[in-house]
Amino acid sequence: MSEDNQGQVWEVFVQAKPGLAHKHVGNVQAMGREMALQNARDMYVRRKEGISIWVVKFEDITASSPEELGSFFDPMDDKAYRQATFYKMPEGSKHI
Amino acid sequence: MIENATMTGQELFDYKIENDLKIEPKDWMPEKYRMHLQRQMSQHAHSEIIGMQPEGNWILRAPSLRAKVILLAKVQDEAGHGQYLYSAAETLGKTRDEFIEELQSGKAKYSSIFNYPTLSWADMGAVGWLVDGAAIVNQVSLQRTSYGPYARAMVKICKEESFHQRQGYEIMAHMARGTAEQKEMAQDALNRFWWPSIMMFGPHDGDSPRTGNAMMWKIKRETNDDLRQQFIDKTVAQAELIGLTIPDPDLKWNEERGSYDFGAMDWDHFWDVVNGNGPCNKQRIEHHVKAHKDGSWVRKAANAYAEKNG
Repeated sequence: MSEDNQGQVWEVFVQAKPGLAHKHVGNVQAMGREMALQNARDMYVRRKEGISIWVVKFEDITASSPEELGSFFDPMDDKAYRQATFYKMPEGSKHI
Repeated sequence: MIENATMTGQELFDYKIENDLKIEPKDWMPEKYRMHLQRQMSQHAHSEIIGMQPEGNWILRAPSLRAKVILLAKVQDEAGHGQYLYSAAETLGKTRDEFIEELQSGKAKYSSIFNYPTLSWADMGAVGWLVDGAAIVNQVSLQRTSYGPYARAMVKICKEESFHQRQGYEIMAHMARGTAEQKEMAQDALNRFWWPSIMMFGPHDGDSPRTGNAMMWKIKRETNDDLRQQFIDKTVAQAELIGLTIPDPDLKWNEERGSYDFGAMDWDHFWDVVNGNGPCNKQRIEHHVKAHKDGSWVRKAANAYAEKNG
């Protein structure tokens, strides 16, 4: 017999307009992907908030942890050559 | 800017609170902070869910099709708000099934305002105008709460709530300019809902043992008494405009404070209702338990289907 529970957590991403990226808006509880999509529609786009929805099972998401904040997100300020401003353009060059 | 690798969890937490940065689910947080939030957020979620009952009571008896579709949309919004809040609360480590169990066993509370019956159509007006109105004042303030998921849920909810309050006030205004009998119903609804509504903000600051921590951690950004005063100050003029009278003989404008003074609230009655002796406490929980039990086969079937089809 299947369980009597609230299903799984699905994270919801909504595209507000054509051309924009899908943006995380929250999550829903659902049993299975079809219900997740339907619940996401009912909860997050009741007022023209978007035109496309993705749902992803929460347990399938791998996330970084706050403890890694230092090393993992180190911007490597010593590697200035990653910035456009590092390069010297010839005198008089335009549109570059 | 912030996060220094040598900071302890507590130091980082304190730093974030001090600087109005949000605390996120995986961040270290004091156990009491986590527990305070779990209690407050689940209580908030339960209130949205139980709050559907007094209004659901009038869907089939709405006086027009327009009124009916509006009420349906509003009740659907409340269900959505409950979902946003449960989702946010779950990030603190308890499952939704656990929260529901706590509600049904009486361990968790919900706003006492929903333990009053909705006796006439005018009550739909009073609930929207006053109950949602009070909730908005509280929720606008909570948009700045220190816990990220809670703050984001509040932003979303506030966007939707103003429709709720406006539709309620519209009902009241409409009835207040109707027949003498309709106006009387509107006044009666205001009389019954006024005091419970202003008590929704909770006990006076001096009698609210949790306020200190909640303010220190910036879970709450304004105290119960400050929020209550804001609500009263904006609501009195709205009542006057539609010719209704706030049922408080001590209510009067205080020039010096730039606010209304108001009469004493009956806290013995408030606590009596919180502790289960309001007119509808039993009915509200019984209804929730019944609906939950009746839905059991649906959840099982949906799980079975999902297991088969992914």
